[in-house]
Amino acid sequence: MKLTKRSDGRKFDQMREIEAKVGVVKRADGSAMFKIGNSIAYAAVYGPRELHPGHLQDPTRGKLRCNYNMMAFSGSGERVRPGPNRRSKEIGLVTEKALTPVLDLSHYKNMAVDVFIELVQTDSGTRCAGICAAAMALADAGIPMRDMVSAIAVGKVGDKVLVDLTKEEEDVEEAVDMAVAFTTRGGEVTLLQMDGIIEKSDVKESLKAARKACEQISKIQMEALKKKYKK
Amino acid sequence: MGELKVKEKEIVVPGEILAVGMDFLPAGGTFREDDNIIASQIGVVNLNGRLIKIIPLSGKYIPRRDDVVIGKVVDLWLNGWKVDIGWAYDANLSLKDASEDFIEKKSDLTQYFSYGDIVLTRISEVNGSKIIDVAMKGPGLRKLIGGRIITIVPSKVPRVIGKQGSMINLIKELTDCKIFVGQNGRVWVNGLDPKKELIAVEAIRKIDEESSSEGLTDSIKLFIEGRLK
Repeated sequence: MKLTKRSDGRKFDQMREIEAKVGVVKRADGSAMFKIGNSIAYAAVYGPRELHPGHLQDPTRGKLRCNYNMMAFSGSGERVRPGPNRRSKEIGLVTEKALTPVLDLSHYKNMAVDVFIELVQTDSGTRCAGICAAAMALADAGIPMRDMVSAIAVGKVGDKVLVDLTKEEEDVEEAVDMAVAFTTRGGEVTLLQMDGIIEKSDVKESLKAARKACEQISKIQMEALKKKYKK
Repeated sequence: MGELKVKEKEIVVPGEILAVGMDFLPAGGTFREDDNIIASQIGVVNLNGRLIKIIPLSGKYIPRRDDVVIGKVVDLWLNGWKVDIGWAYDANLSLKDASEDFIEKKSDLTQYFSYGDIVLTRISEVNGSKIIDVAMKGPGLRKLIGGRIITIVPSKVPRVIGKQGSMINLIKELTDCKIFVGQNGRVWVNGLDPKKELIAVEAIRKIDEESSSEGLTDSIKLFIEGRLK
């Protein structure tokens, strides 16, 4: 299939509109909102706090726990069984793994830092929006971090490599969807998930495009963080 | 040669490069990676000669030995009390550190401290995240009765106290309140006049919000005087 134009008129390497805000949940130790197109993620950080059950405690370092949840009304409107399902557990886990490398939890031995990610409205690229929001919320909570993390979904639809796919584009037959997270300064990949069949050269091209997009996202994250504290 | 990438009092976020080269030294809230000095917390840059420090704008209190903190008695054990000091794990207050008097074993411990009591106490020992001891022996350490507690960001405690206590004395004088500031970011305020007590609370909150602005003592003085009229 030859793709000549995107359904919403964007360029192939253009992201949807992004909005970021820090400090949206007043009671939390740190919080942030990240909106990309029609996907809205809220993240709230609590802790460092006591870790239960006790057998999970690590006497050498703190532990990051992420909880990802799509709100029941957020997607297509079909009834959702409440509570974590296979998908949300997996995304919680990969979010944890995407963020742990940049965190310095050595001061918080035996403790947990809890991140709750709620998707209020979902279109596509929700795990990436969640990671972006969670990274900002962790910085807002004052948890020592070696770096920031930003994430974006890239993919291949038809014969073109696209950045930030919409749900429509994701659902095209044989479309490839790839979620990538980069650390800002180091440029290390902390999340890489893919679904579909893709050529090696296209993977390289996709990663290149994702890196470029993440650079833009990290600037937005940084601005949002500074905006909260600037008087 | 080293190059400084940020200005004094600039707000930085984690991962931001503060300086390049070995001419500068990383202090609190920063670390060195190869040649660069990098921020690890969101905060305000503080330069002191070659030292680069970040004064955090958020974050929890980390207990340190000899800090005077405000705690709450949350539990009573055979060998002492458990005190919440704003850390994930409660601190221990043992019988021998609780009072100048000799406390006999099996005596009723609630006559010294009971559940919910607020205490001004000193951290006597920090041994890992779970083993924190506090002591009530020392000048000024006591149970705080009445009053109210407000919580501020722990890194802003020095601003609330001011140089040689200038800020806290100013608030005390103008509002006739008794105020104790714990290093854990808890401030105990007690005034005879409830209206003045509220003004003191507002003033402390204002310091918390505007901690990085200059001439804070003067602006707080104006603020309190304005509210007192």
